Order: sequence, then structure tokens, then C-alpha cells
Amino acid sequence: MNTINDNTSPTTLEEEKSNFVTDILRAVLITIVLTVLVSLIYPAIVWGIGQAAFNHQANGSLISDAKGNVIGSDLIGQQFTQAKYFHGRPSAASTSVYTGTNGAVSNITTSSGTNYGPTNATLISPITGTVAINAQNVLSEDLGIQVSLPLSGTQPSVPVDLVTASASGLDPDITPAAAEIQIARVAKARGLSEDQVRQLVNQYTEGRDLGIFGEPRVNVLKLNLALDALKK
Amino acid sequence: MTLNGWLQIAILVVALTLITKPLGLYLAAVFGPDPQQGSRGRTFLDPVLRPIERLIYRLTRVNENKEQNWKQYTVSMLVFSAVTLLVTYLVQRIQQALPLNPQGLDAVSPGLAFNTAASFTTNTNWQNYYPETTMSYFTTTLQLNFHNFVSPAVGIVLAVALVRGIARREANTIGNFWVDMTRTILYVLVPISIVLSTLLLSQGVVQNLNSYTQVTTVEGGTQGLQQGLLASQEAIKELGNNGGGTLNANSAHPYENPTPFSNFLEMFAILAISSGLIYMLGVMVGNRRQGWAIYAAVLSLLLIGIFVAYAAEASGNPNLHGVNATAVQDGPNAQAGGNMEGKEVRFGIANSATFAAVTTATSTGAVNSMHDSFTPIGGLVPLFNIAVGEVIFGGAGAGLYGVLMFVILAVFIAGLMVGRTPEFLGKKIESHEMKLVMLGILVLEGGILIMAAAAIVNPDALTSLANQGPHGLSEILYAYTSTIGNNGSAFAGLNGNTTWFNTTLGINTLVGRYLFIVPVMGIAGSLARKKVVPQTAGTFPTTGPLFVGLLIGVIVIVSALTFFPAWSLGAIVEHLLMGTGTQF
Repeated sequence: MNTINDNTSPTTLEEEKSNFVTDILRAVLITIVLTVLVSLIYPAIVWGIGQAAFNHQANGSLISDAKGNVIGSDLIGQQFTQAKYFHGRPSAASTSVYTGTNGAVSNITTSSGTNYGPTNATLISPITGTVAINAQNVLSEDLGIQVSLPLSGTQPSVPVDLVTASASGLDPDITPAAAEIQIARVAKARGLSEDQVRQLVNQYTEGRDLGIFGEPRVNVLKLNLALDALKK
Repeated sequence: MTLNGWLQIAILVVALTLITKPLGLYLAAVFGPDPQQGSRGRTFLDPVLRPIERLIYRLTRVNENKEQNWKQYTVSMLVFSAVTLLVTYLVQRIQQALPLNPQGLDAVSPGLAFNTAASFTTNTNWQNYYPETTMSYFTTTLQLNFHNFVSPAVGIVLAVALVRGIARREANTIGNFWVDMTRTILYVLVPISIVLSTLLLSQGVVQNLNSYTQVTTVEGGTQGLQQGLLASQEAIKELGNNGGGTLNANSAHPYENPTPFSNFLEMFAILAISSGLIYMLGVMVGNRRQGWAIYAAVLSLLLIGIFVAYAAEASGNPNLHGVNATAVQDGPNAQAGGNMEGKEVRFGIANSATFAAVTTATSTGAVNSMHDSFTPIGGLVPLFNIAVGEVIFGGAGAGLYGVLMFVILAVFIAGLMVGRTPEFLGKKIESHEMKLVMLGILVLEGGILIMAAAAIVNPDALTSLANQGPHGLSEILYAYTSTIGNNGSAFAGLNGNTTWFNTTLGINTLVGRYLFIVPVMGIAGSLARKKVVPQTAGTFPTTGPLFVGLLIGVIVIVSALTFFPAWSLGAIVEHLLMGTGTQF
């Protein structure tokens, strides 16, 4: 069985059967060989490159506090609700406790969008929809405007990213407009001047990659950590 | 829509057009010139890879100089696919007893394991599960990542076999499946993936085997962040038009797609191989303008899709304007406003709409935004792109053999119009080929409409819907279209992890793949045997603008006529109702 069968059409049933058996054996052999190549050697090469050249990124871009506890990742958004912090986008991600078959108990965060369609009442209802309720909260918390639902349409506009859920539920960013609208609230809660906070927001506003790709954005976690690090 | 958005789209198109020729020449070298004529193609990677290639043949007892006829080639492919499907099913069922499972994830249930095995074997990567709580590192890397290499390789070798069938004269054989597949993986997929992985690593895609990172957040909350060998998988996931996320949010998750630049790389990788294969066709049949003509047709269709999706998403949802949730539209720090539900800030509207069009035009199915939350017309673009048969660049290889079916159909229609026997590149297209072409196309269209109709009359299936009204119909249509087209993206609100959907969608992936491939291979075998007839003044030229227009027309009309009634009841009705503020 050193060669595959000849290139001419099989003429007898027996030949076809032997072709078939050879194929099965060869399929098993090549599955093993290719698994070694693409699922062991290849990921190992990339792992080596990552650990050597991009150690921080390859291990999750994690951020630790002074005691060495992991408090987040540069790339992963967190939920903020306190007035002294900038708030990120609404999220449909969830974290739950998982007990593994090996006895390991751990938190697992599942990334997710809401998957609400554009005519779904849960999303668009002017009274009970998530967007309307989020907009009402932003108006009240950030601009001090108390309004009832449905909105009348005369109030200031709200940045759309602050009232809609992201695709992953872990979007680390908000738009510069969404940061701007929160500056007054954060400054007041921290006893800082709005200019001090605005300066920090500008510092943490990333432009487009290479000046072209994507949209300008503010990483909420990094901005909030910088706020906490400010000396009053 | 912003100028900057269009600039990004333009850069993508220019970069793609620039890579098409060099990549096409490289692919032609890997699979040609023509082993039948003696020498094998040489590539600049031969000094490194040729010894490895020889070793693989020795270990697997393949004689690289023996060729197969189309039936043997097809049987080898089917046997190989069946073996790998079975192994993947078994590994999922026993993953709790295998290593590389720090969280102790349990065995995958039988229905879901079947669906996933079928889905990854067929290059679909439809996922009825949350990867974070379902798949161990072992299953992900040794099985799903394995299919991410071999399933596009199978698509590519079948396309190469069909191209050989067109190029050869009076030949019985069309290549050797085992050799072609080995060379695809070794010379094409692995080297490009290593380069792409490295670039993705630099942007922040993770590559480690740590247990899930336990985080106490700034406000005292908790997170458990899945790690894993993501960079290596993300590269081949996009390059091989697989699309199966290692994380639930797929390429919207910051660990899979951390920056706008990584997003650009991923879109580029999604299109690159299919684009290069189109040029390879031109090289191997000795008519490079043929490659460019097909490229022009599919690029036009892609751009139309991008334009429509971008316009629809940028104009947003009028019902959100009703609560005044508009974005700041101008100024130096402008964020393009629009429908941001289910989209990430770093990508914005332009990159989300482009990615959606690109990932569905090719049979990739990775997503960087939630298609279920698109506006009705924005969401119709992905559905359209898949429903036309994954031929707008299409999957690795699958796109080329798919579009060649439409090319043959277009040539046939042109032949009918002028009353002459149709020819393509010197090969007469006769009733045998036309029967096979129509069989392939009918399998795809029937699979979508019949299965979707069955789901709609099944009350159990309807409980899976996340959205009611016409959007619910779109969710079901999308699921069956996506699985038949081996795309794998979803209107993800649909809960597919039920007996009904695991079974029917799993079967659909197999039908869409193999019942289309067999007619394709039949055509390859039959064309290979034919003589070449000399071109005459009466031969319909298949390289000019007239042909490009005809090909676009055939692709659009064949699918639009079939699906337009169903789409009308879904996306188009929903679009009209959205304008009136109707809620479901």
C-alpha cells in the first residue's frame, strides 16, 4: 500500500472497494498528521511569537492594581454606575458562576449583544423601550433635566452610543460626544473643575488608527483609572 | 455616511485589487503549471516547505505523482470529510475527560455536537452555543481550529480541480485530492496565517492557555475573561472564510478584534484568498482577462451591498430619532451617528456595515456587529449576499466553483439568445453540464425555502424567535440561508440550540456543501474530457463588459426571482412598518 491507486477509472467493483478502504485509512492518517501541523505546531509558533514579542497583548492586556490583583483589561469594558466615574455603553453581556466537572468554580463572562431587531418593542417603545429609558437616565444624571416618557422631543439630544447596547456587551469605548456629556457630572462628584476633567478626557481620546481607520473613541476604564489617580 | 467612511472602504478595495495578481500567481504556482505536463510548480517557500511536504506524503503513503479521475477525487474528499466530522463529534462528547479544560466545561450535548461538527466540517461555522461556557481549549484548538484549515482547503482543491477540468484537453484525471489538500494547507494557509496572527497579536488578540482571568472590577463587580489560543485561530478563521468565533460575540469581541486596524486586516484576509483564486483561474486557463472579468462582476456586486448596508445603517432607526438619541454628526471628533444598537464604537457605522457585507458575500460568517439589530434594509444585504449562492467572492474555493456555475449558466443563456452552442474557454457547454448546473442551484434554493417553510409551520420552532413580526420571519430565513450557503453568520437572537434547529440546520450545512459539490465535480470531469473547439467570429466573448453585465444579471435575477416573495414578507414589510413606528 505504498501508492494510491492508479489514475485510470477503476474497472471492477473490487478495485473500487479497495480504493474506498485505502481512502478511509489515508483519511485517518492524514487527519493525524495535519492535526499535528495545524493544531499543535502552528498555534505553538504563534504562541511563541506572542509570548516573546507581544507579551502584554498575548496575555489579555491585563491591568493590575498596586497589590497585583487583576482589575481589568485595556480592551474589555466594565460596568460603571457611580456618579464619579464615566459610564460606558449599555451591555447585554453576563457573568455567572460556573462549576466545572473538575470541581473548578469560576466566573465566566459571556459576551453578547441584545439582538433586538429594529421594530422590537423592548428596544424602541417610547415608554418602556430600553433606548427611551436610557435616554431619560442620561438626561437626568448628566444634564439634570427631569423628563417623563415619552420624550417630548424638545430636550437636548443624547449621543446614540450611550443609549444603545454594543455588539459584544464588552465595548471598552464611548464616543468623544458621550464623554463630553458626562464631564459636568463627574467633575461635580469629584470636586474637580470641568476643565481639569475635560483635559483628561482629551488626553484619553484616541484618534482613528493611522488617522484613517475606525472612529475616535475614549476608553472608559483607562479614563476612570486616570481620574482615580489624580491628586485633588 | 462620512467621507472618512468611504475612504476606508476605498482603501480596502484598492488593497484587495493590488493583492489579487501576486496572490493569484502564487496560487497558480502552488497548483500548477500542470502536473500532467511534467513539472510541479515552484514557489519561493520550496526550500523550507518541500521537505515537510515530502515527509507528509511518506507518513500518509501518498504517491504525489498519481492522479485521480473526478469520481475518485470526489470519493476521497467525501471520505476525508466524513472521518473528520466523526472525530469532531466524538471529541465534543468526551471533552470533560480531556486536557486543556481549566474551567471543567462539560461534554457537549449530542444534538449540539452533531450540529457543530457538521457546521465546522462544511466551512459553515454556524454556532448554536456560547463558546465561553461550552467549548474547552482542547476542542477549540484541536478540532475547530483543525476544521478551520481543512474545510477551506477542501473548497480550494475542488475549485482547482474544476479549473483543471476547464484547462485540460481530453484528460481523464483532474489531480490528486491528498496532494492538493496538503499543498493548500502547507504552502497557502499556514504561512499566511502565521503572518496574519503576528499582526493580530500586535493589536491585542490573545494567545495563551491560561484559565479564565478572574477580575474584580473597579466598582467591585466580577468578570471571568476567557483566554485561549485566539490569535492563531482568528487568522485562519478569517483567511479560510470560516467565521466561527472563539468567543460568543465573534469579531465584535475586543479579544478577537481589538482595534480598527485589526478589523481592516480581518476584512482584507476574508477577501484575499477568494480574490487570488479568481486570478489563478485566469492564469491556469491561459486567459488572464477571464479572471479580471469575473473579478469585476463580483466586486461590483460587493460594492453595491456595501453601499446599501452603509446607507441604511447610517440613516439609523427612525424610532430612535423619536427619543432624540441622535449623535453629534460633525466636528473634529465626530462619531458617525446611525443605528449603533449592536455595534462597537471603535468600528462605527462604516466598518460595521462593510464587515457585514464582506463576511456574507464571502462565506465567512464572522461578525463585528449584530446583524439581528441592523435596520431591515441593512439586514437584507447580508441575507441577499448569502442567498445568491456565496459567489460574490464566496468562500475559499467554494466562491470560485460557485461563480463558475453561474458563468456556465450565463454562457448558456447567451447561447440561447444567439442560437449557437454555448462555449466557455473553448469547451462546449452541453445538456449534461447544464443539468448539473441547475441541479446544484436548485439544491441551494430548495434547501432554503423548503426548510424555512417547514420551520414556520412548526410551533416549537417559533418559540426560538427573539423578535416577533416580520423580523422573526427574517430570523428563520437567515438561519436556513446561512447554513445552506455555508456562511454561518446569524440573526443571532434566534435560539438555535433546540432539537429542531440543531438537526435541520446541521443537515442544511451538509446539503449545501456536498449536494452542490458533487454536480460541480461532475462538470469538472466532463469538461476535462472534452476537446477544445477553436474560437470563431460567432463565439460569445466571456471577458468583455457585456459578459460582466450578463453575469451580474444572471446572479441577481436567479436569486432575486426565487427569494423576493419571502424577503418581501420579512425585511421589506418590516422596513415599511418601521417607518410608521410599528412595534412588535
